[in-house]
Amino acid sequence: MNIVIVGCGRVGATMAGDLDAKGHRVTIVDISTRAFERLPATFGGSAVRGDGTDEDTLRRIGAAEADVFLALTEGDNRNVMAAQLATEALEVKQVVAKINDVVRAKAYAELGIATICRTDLMTHALLGYMGLPVGPTPRIREAAPHTHPDGTSPVAAAIGGSTVGGTTVGALPAVEA
Amino acid sequence: MFVLVVGGGKVGYYLAKELIEAGHEVVLMEKDPGRAAQIADDIGSIVIARDGCEGNHLAEAGCERADVVAAVTGDDEDNLVICQMAKHHFDVPRTIARVNNPKNEALFRHLGVDELISPTRMILGSIEQDIPVHELLHLAGLGGGELEIIEAQLRQGSPAIGRAAREVPMPEGCAIFAVIRDDVAVPVRPDTILTEGDKVIAIGRAECEVALHTQLIGDPDGLQPAGA
Repeated sequence: MNIVIVGCGRVGATMAGDLDAKGHRVTIVDISTRAFERLPATFGGSAVRGDGTDEDTLRRIGAAEADVFLALTEGDNRNVMAAQLATEALEVKQVVAKINDVVRAKAYAELGIATICRTDLMTHALLGYMGLPVGPTPRIREAAPHTHPDGTSPVAAAIGGSTVGGTTVGALPAVEA
Repeated sequence: MFVLVVGGGKVGYYLAKELIEAGHEVVLMEKDPGRAAQIADDIGSIVIARDGCEGNHLAEAGCERADVVAAVTGDDEDNLVICQMAKHHFDVPRTIARVNNPKNEALFRHLGVDELISPTRMILGSIEQDIPVHELLHLAGLGGGELEIIEAQLRQGSPAIGRAAREVPMPEGCAIFAVIRDDVAVPVRPDTILTEGDKVIAIGRAECEVALHTQLIGDPDGLQPAGA
């Protein structure tokens, strides 16, 4: 598989090393070159310094051809933006964003982005370790179906109606400046 | 109107202040506690020292009853997330985002943010208006940049002077909708006669610019330099 990872933190670097060792084609992006020191010495993929929330950068590194796009930086919002660029502008089929805020993770899953939430995973593991009752193991929240029946994407769909439509200009009340 | 402003930099601060003076209900969210306290000292206890990107904090600030959410932080990704959360999670009818990088405008629009404010574009625009490099001034871009509102001052030699608005041939998809005459905006009707010195405000597709230039200023090749 052709995999693009944004963010070379602990999770990003570990995933990149692992996938590379399994023989996949991996490209990892980070705004800091120092972050690449986390990659294993055996890493044979490409590590590119650049902004993963910039469409041009993503295109340059070939993200539009990726089979899987993983947004794994330390910032929830950067991950959201990178993931939405990948989905909406680059039309990558499988996109996952790491979102540690539980509310945001749920909201964006409803908006068409698969999300993984560390807060959920850790809470679940700790409660389980303490022998307390827990729900089903949290997994990646699957994205809601990407398009509505009318063909619009869920995120681009909601636009409110105007109250002045259909009124002739002359019929609008005059407003004093 | 209840307006939730997120981001207490200069833009957020002055926006909140003006809205309060205009009689609106305002809550300002600023994640830096020091800055938040500073603003609260100045404009009162409408400031919440919380990160407006967090869903729980937005809920605490009353996001679900907001009529407008304005995300004006210095980070585009934060502004995007605040607007999307407001719109899709809290059903806020109107969202406004500050876009610092003009590159992000198309994405923000596509993702459903209602209104974009681009300081970069505004600064460029006002520099252009101060230094009249082009005789057609670009006042604003609409509809993702496909449509433009332009201003042209009718100087001596303009073929439009002395004509009624309906007699000025307009390229398809373009319309004159106002003139500024002696600093007063006058709506243009078909029989409005255009006079020298009028600033004509027109709207049209970006590619109609040359035709507009020809009709309002004159043939682009036989130009008089501005102010000559």
